[in-house]
Amino acid sequence: MAPLDHGPAAGGADDTPLEQRRNARIGMLLFIIYTACYTAFVLTAAFAPQQMATRPWADINLAIWSGFGLLVLALVLSLVYSWLCRARGVR
Amino acid sequence: MIYSPSPLAVIVFGAFVAFTLGLSFYFARRTRSAAGYFAAGGQIHWFVNGVAFAGDYLSAASFLGICGMIASYGYDGFLYSIGYLAGWIVALFVIAEPLKRMGRYTFADALNSRFQSRAITLSAGISTLVVSVFYLIPQMVGAGALVTPLLGLPHWAGVSMVGAVVMLIVVTAGMVSTTYVQFLKGSLLVVFSAVLTLMILNRGLTTEPEAPGFRVPRVGQAVSESAVGSLSAAELGLVGEELLPEEGKWSDTPYISTRNLETGHVTVWRESPVMSRNADGVLAAEAGQVKFYETQTLTVLPDGKRLVNGLPQGHGEGETDFFPVGNIERLPGGETSTGAIGPVDFFSTLEGSDILLWKQDPSKYPVSIDGELATTTVYYPQLTAGTDILLPGKSPTFNGIRGEALMPKLNFLSLMLALFGGTASLPHILIRYYTVKDQAAARKSTVVGIGSIGFFYLLTLFLGLGAMTGGVIDPTSANNNMAAPLLAKSFGPLLFAMISAIAFTTVLGTVSGLIVAAAGAVVHDLMTSVGRMQLTDHEKVRAGKLTAAAVGVLAIVLGILFEHMNVSFLVGWAFSIAASANLPSLVMLLFWKGTTRQGITAAILVGMTTSLAWVLLSGDTFTAVYGLPAERAPVPFNQPGIVTIPLGFAVLVVVSLLTRRTNAKPVV
Repeated sequence: MAPLDHGPAAGGADDTPLEQRRNARIGMLLFIIYTACYTAFVLTAAFAPQQMATRPWADINLAIWSGFGLLVLALVLSLVYSWLCRARGVR
Repeated sequence: MIYSPSPLAVIVFGAFVAFTLGLSFYFARRTRSAAGYFAAGGQIHWFVNGVAFAGDYLSAASFLGICGMIASYGYDGFLYSIGYLAGWIVALFVIAEPLKRMGRYTFADALNSRFQSRAITLSAGISTLVVSVFYLIPQMVGAGALVTPLLGLPHWAGVSMVGAVVMLIVVTAGMVSTTYVQFLKGSLLVVFSAVLTLMILNRGLTTEPEAPGFRVPRVGQAVSESAVGSLSAAELGLVGEELLPEEGKWSDTPYISTRNLETGHVTVWRESPVMSRNADGVLAAEAGQVKFYETQTLTVLPDGKRLVNGLPQGHGEGETDFFPVGNIERLPGGETSTGAIGPVDFFSTLEGSDILLWKQDPSKYPVSIDGELATTTVYYPQLTAGTDILLPGKSPTFNGIRGEALMPKLNFLSLMLALFGGTASLPHILIRYYTVKDQAAARKSTVVGIGSIGFFYLLTLFLGLGAMTGGVIDPTSANNNMAAPLLAKSFGPLLFAMISAIAFTTVLGTVSGLIVAAAGAVVHDLMTSVGRMQLTDHEKVRAGKLTAAAVGVLAIVLGILFEHMNVSFLVGWAFSIAASANLPSLVMLLFWKGTTRQGITAAILVGMTTSLAWVLLSGDTFTAVYGLPAERAPVPFNQPGIVTIPLGFAVLVVVSLLTRRTNAKPVV
């Protein structure tokens, strides 16, 4: 059971400085996109709650659509981040 | 409600706990070093670690608290789901990889990677301890809430049992066993929640749910409000009842009482306006028309004996108990059942339905029984539009956002900010970045974590609303922490046993992780780094285990004291303190070269003390903990984040600017 045999801490192959900078840049861009959506959701709920009652599609209100939308967006952006940061050996 | 233990549930539960302990003992033989105990040797596979993230994060607050809050109030509980997952975006995109690069065992390592300052280690160690303890409280409260219906034990016994089992787990093997317990629990929780959701959708929505013990509350017929005083019970539509004289406790209240002509049992009824959907589909009161709904009452005698609906509480001869509640009164189109339903139709049908939600009358009605003064509490149904339930602002926590006043809106923004920033500041989440080998593994495990956690949160609205309308709600439970397991019970004892056992393992796993984080902070940060104690590897592990035992005892005591609070609400406090104390330092260290060690130390201490003080001086704490009126609280709203998180950033910047010169090295 080699994978479960936990010996002393051993470092893996860390990203190169260039890879780190690339990942940080991508992360920041995706962070800004998500933060903008989250902020819009929270501010709408706080200051224009009547907007949340509107039903844009399928007889379901905006509160449900936007809540589910934020959860799905987080999943999608995390996959995008993982895919964009996958390439190793950036010089 | 009094719960009877189910033998099947006890067997499944026992098997889960035995397996968890077995896993723990297995790994105990393999943990020999401090790195192995506190950080699992940095060798956990990223996928296992990612699911373990879900295990750590989907705590009692998520499974019990969120589902309970949705079952009680609707959409408001889902706001926690949204905020909790949003916090992972900060963790993945901003914190994960640099933190892995900078640290080794604890959050203090990362902060100290540039400075090697004892002051930073001390403040970060204390902050880790404070946040861990605050996060432990709701987990233990959740444990007590679970064990009550599962094993028929009182709350304190449940809390003590979790404490004892967790201490055994942590003391035996540390982070390795904690990780695999979390992996197991995270996987099972997500899979069984999905199964439960499919069963909810397959059953569909109905006006007469077939949950054990449930019955639709009796209701009279619509009558003119002005004629109520002159009508008999039969004319009010209260079949088989005779009116009792309206005197004493029920005079000048919306209540009347009746005696059943056959059994002699007394029932209290509450007058409610007749509600119907107008041409626009809006649920509105019909002018001058009322009807009476059956309520449930609890009378507590001076000697502590409890009467439910006038009879001694119990399941024996001549005794009775509360019946579970929560059902749809009207489905769209006058149907009584939808049959199997898709996820989109589930919400649109609920929007068009009218639901009976039960409330507790805040008044205590004095009553004289055999010359002794007792008090009666009334629980009553209230017809609520589905459109209202599926919007934010229904719960006491958030109802201010529907008004015009600014302070309640700030309270809401403050909580959502704390949830956003708190995840990446939680010590038991941060230490999980040290259990994988490199930054790529940290990144990949976070993505797996977000996938598992996000999928679970998508299900919470189905689970909570399924419980709300499924006839499984305990009318006397203000927090409804048990809504999800009781919903499972309506599908059969096996599912209830599985879900309860998973929920219990959920608490075990999260508490284990928190205790390891606290132990790591004490041993690594406070004892060896700050106290400069010379400990061998073996002594470090032993000190960690002793600390784990001490924190476990503290958690048991606090879990008993905070029994009556919703676990999600309590976790909101932990997030506020974590975000205020830790987030400014972590972010500024990564993004501002001008950060100094004094700035970091000051930001942690100011963020931690101000947020802690704010929580202790808030209206909710005044009411729930001190038993004082909320109006006497000196702070204007409950959630501190919107003030104390920016304050932490401001303190860091100001102190760093003031101390920059002293930190500058002389040019030779």
